[in-house]
Amino acid sequence: MSLSEGLSVRRAPADRTFAQGAGLLVGALMIVPLFYLVLRAFEADFDTALSMIFRPRTGWLLVNTAALTAGVLAFSTVIALPLAWLTTRTDLPARGVANVLAVLPLAVPGYVMAYALIGLSGNYGFMAEIFGVTFPRPYGWFGATLALTLYTFPYLYLNLRTAFQGLDASLEESARALGCGRAEVFRRVVLPHLIPALCAGWLVIGLYTIGDFGAVALMRFEVFSYTIYTQYSAAFDRVYASWLSLILIVIALLFVWGESRLRERQSYARTGSGAGAGPRRTALGRRGRIAGWAFVALVATMSIGLPVSVLTFWMTRSPLVAQLPDLVQSFGQSLSVAAPSAVLAAGLAMPVAWLAVRHPSPTSSLINRLAFVGYAVPPLAFALAFVFFALRAAPFLYQTHLLLVTAYALAFLALALGPIRSALYQARPSMEESARALGLGPAETFLRVTLPTIRPGVVAGMVLVLVIAMKELPIAFLLAPTGFRPLAITMFSRTSEGMLLQAAPFAAAIMAFSALFVGFILRHDSKVGGSR
Amino acid sequence: MTALRTGIATIALFAATPLTAQEITLYSGRGETLVAPLIETFTESTGIEVNVRYGGTAELAVLLNEEGAASPADIYWAQDVAALGQIKPVFAELPGEMLEDIPAIYRDGDNRWTGTSGRMRLMVYSTERMQADELPATMAEMTDDRFAGTMALPPTNGSFLAHVTALRVHEGDEAARAWLQELADNDPVIVSNNTAIHTAIADGEADWGLTNNYYLSRFLADDPDFPADHALFEAGDIGNLMMVAGAGVLESSDSPEAAMAFIEFLLSDTAQQYFAGNVHEYPVRGDAVAAFSGIGVDYGTASEAAIEFDLNELTDLEGTLEMLEEVGLL
Repeated sequence: MSLSEGLSVRRAPADRTFAQGAGLLVGALMIVPLFYLVLRAFEADFDTALSMIFRPRTGWLLVNTAALTAGVLAFSTVIALPLAWLTTRTDLPARGVANVLAVLPLAVPGYVMAYALIGLSGNYGFMAEIFGVTFPRPYGWFGATLALTLYTFPYLYLNLRTAFQGLDASLEESARALGCGRAEVFRRVVLPHLIPALCAGWLVIGLYTIGDFGAVALMRFEVFSYTIYTQYSAAFDRVYASWLSLILIVIALLFVWGESRLRERQSYARTGSGAGAGPRRTALGRRGRIAGWAFVALVATMSIGLPVSVLTFWMTRSPLVAQLPDLVQSFGQSLSVAAPSAVLAAGLAMPVAWLAVRHPSPTSSLINRLAFVGYAVPPLAFALAFVFFALRAAPFLYQTHLLLVTAYALAFLALALGPIRSALYQARPSMEESARALGLGPAETFLRVTLPTIRPGVVAGMVLVLVIAMKELPIAFLLAPTGFRPLAITMFSRTSEGMLLQAAPFAAAIMAFSALFVGFILRHDSKVGGSR
Repeated sequence: MTALRTGIATIALFAATPLTAQEITLYSGRGETLVAPLIETFTESTGIEVNVRYGGTAELAVLLNEEGAASPADIYWAQDVAALGQIKPVFAELPGEMLEDIPAIYRDGDNRWTGTSGRMRLMVYSTERMQADELPATMAEMTDDRFAGTMALPPTNGSFLAHVTALRVHEGDEAARAWLQELADNDPVIVSNNTAIHTAIADGEADWGLTNNYYLSRFLADDPDFPADHALFEAGDIGNLMMVAGAGVLESSDSPEAAMAFIEFLLSDTAQQYFAGNVHEYPVRGDAVAAFSGIGVDYGTASEAAIEFDLNELTDLEGTLEMLEEVGLL
């Protein structure tokens, strides 16, 4: 303490040193896949690589990628913003239920959503079989946009929800008292405070969209990520695929850079004295409540009802043998990876977020941008990088549980970072300063003051990682211990033999278990559950 | 055969360190529902434990390339020939006597890998909107104007890519490019995979397509009234290509005897009959298997119609991809 007092008057740097050390470790680990891709890319014949990159096809694939991303961001905002407002800032009845319904679509694997939309329509689809109505099939840009929106909008919802909850109502009241109308308050006071959350949500959804190839392939919409997958899987090539991956990463990092520019210029925490007021709820009235629930029901029907009913339809057509023991075992294995990955990702995200919010500097900006690399690298390339380095540097770790958990934590760190960072922006540094002044050490201050304040963000971040880790495939193929059979792999190895119907119970299990877990956490965390 | 198998298994057992159960690691692109019962039988009869890593055939091939000699895998079992061709340089040679019953079209000429079951390329068509005699008689005829807008086509599907590669080998690159261009100009219904060909046909989006033989039986098993049937091209046409799922032992394996015993087992009557009955694929040793009970074209007709073709020539999928891009199918 005496040393630290000499270095800083306001705050002892022990916490800062720790956060910087942890942040640098995260940054270094994120460079692993980049290093690998550059290494592979240099094996290329330069002319071939250039002719591959600079061709018209690359151009229109990038245009398609941009169109898809714009569509998904717009649609998910239209869904998530009203939902978050309804569940946090209104007196909508059964808000807890609405909240769970808004988060559950995260549990739907992308391929199930795409299959659901496709399986719903057509002459041989669900609607035709059950009701005798033939729907036109959603394909191309619209189909891909719809499918991706319906299971990614909760990322934005969760971020916005955290932001709405952390918003200090006294600010709005002051604005009202100063003569602003409701709309003006929203535009001039509320919206600016939602910007970090909007950006964090858009970033995660945008990165997911440019990297996804499952749903877009099923919807026959060709985007850039698709060529990368084809290069690996049909040409068995790791060299030119690395070039393409690096291009995708550059685009992704431009996104990240843009988001940080928007975010880092602002200040969002309360600075005044006195206690902040909790959020006030708007009284909706009878019609408002009906309209609110109609909106929730519409979104839930599309995003949850659809995949659930299509899966149910498949399951009624397959001889559903007693697969419960298999399911339970697979679930246990899925959870044994997903849960520690979630905890580790949140643990690594906290120092990174802390640096960004409390100690902004060029280094902390760099670390915060690098933290997105894991999420931006195409999963197959990401997994290959860890194969490469584990075999050379730590063969004893290769294809172990520990390596898989670490890889997941790094790949999905960005998901945990968003909500944690948003929560920290709203936590008041003066509270921590008071705690320190009253004699608490840095660790104690963090555990007793900061952590309770940012807990909703931490929980939201962990849920996001947990749920995506339950359904992830390519990384598990390469890095899971041999013989390991989580739900997603079991489901895949049934569909790969064309046994779509036999795979349905496992797809359903992924959704059911993820849903149960999300529901459980939301129920037991009043700050996230928001039923009061 | 059984004696030989037991013999190999016995040798494998003796070669093992006493008191330690033999263990081998299998990288399987074939799914668990198919593989798990076979492994159970294998372990019961030989005492050799098999650790399986299930994954996509392509992902596992890329993984094996990345791992190189450090791979923990003893065996790679792939769903398609292209992946086997990729891994061929690191496969160990299989004993000649193990493969003597396997016709040359089902295995690698250098005995580095063997087919474990045959997957015939053929046509599937809508029985509601087409007659079998309206279909093209040869692969070349597929581009005829009368099929404009009616064919379902999965350009990124591995089997389709391999089939086009076979056409390039057989007819030359120029002819293949011209064929692809005409195919692309004929306004095909683009789909993502073989399953989607069948649903597109059932849904009325397309009337016919070029596919693998085992998909239709899966649809028929779930719905006996599924409105589609199979048809072959003329005997000996490049359209009637018999492809394989196959396996090989990795050179870096530290239990090659046990791994060889597993390959031997996959070629046994038990396993061959199992493939035919359970996944409707063709046996690679026709003599050993009772009449094929699957739905669609039977084994005898299929193998008579199939063209004699060296599957090892199907390596340049990348060139085929480029060609597909040139004609605008990708």
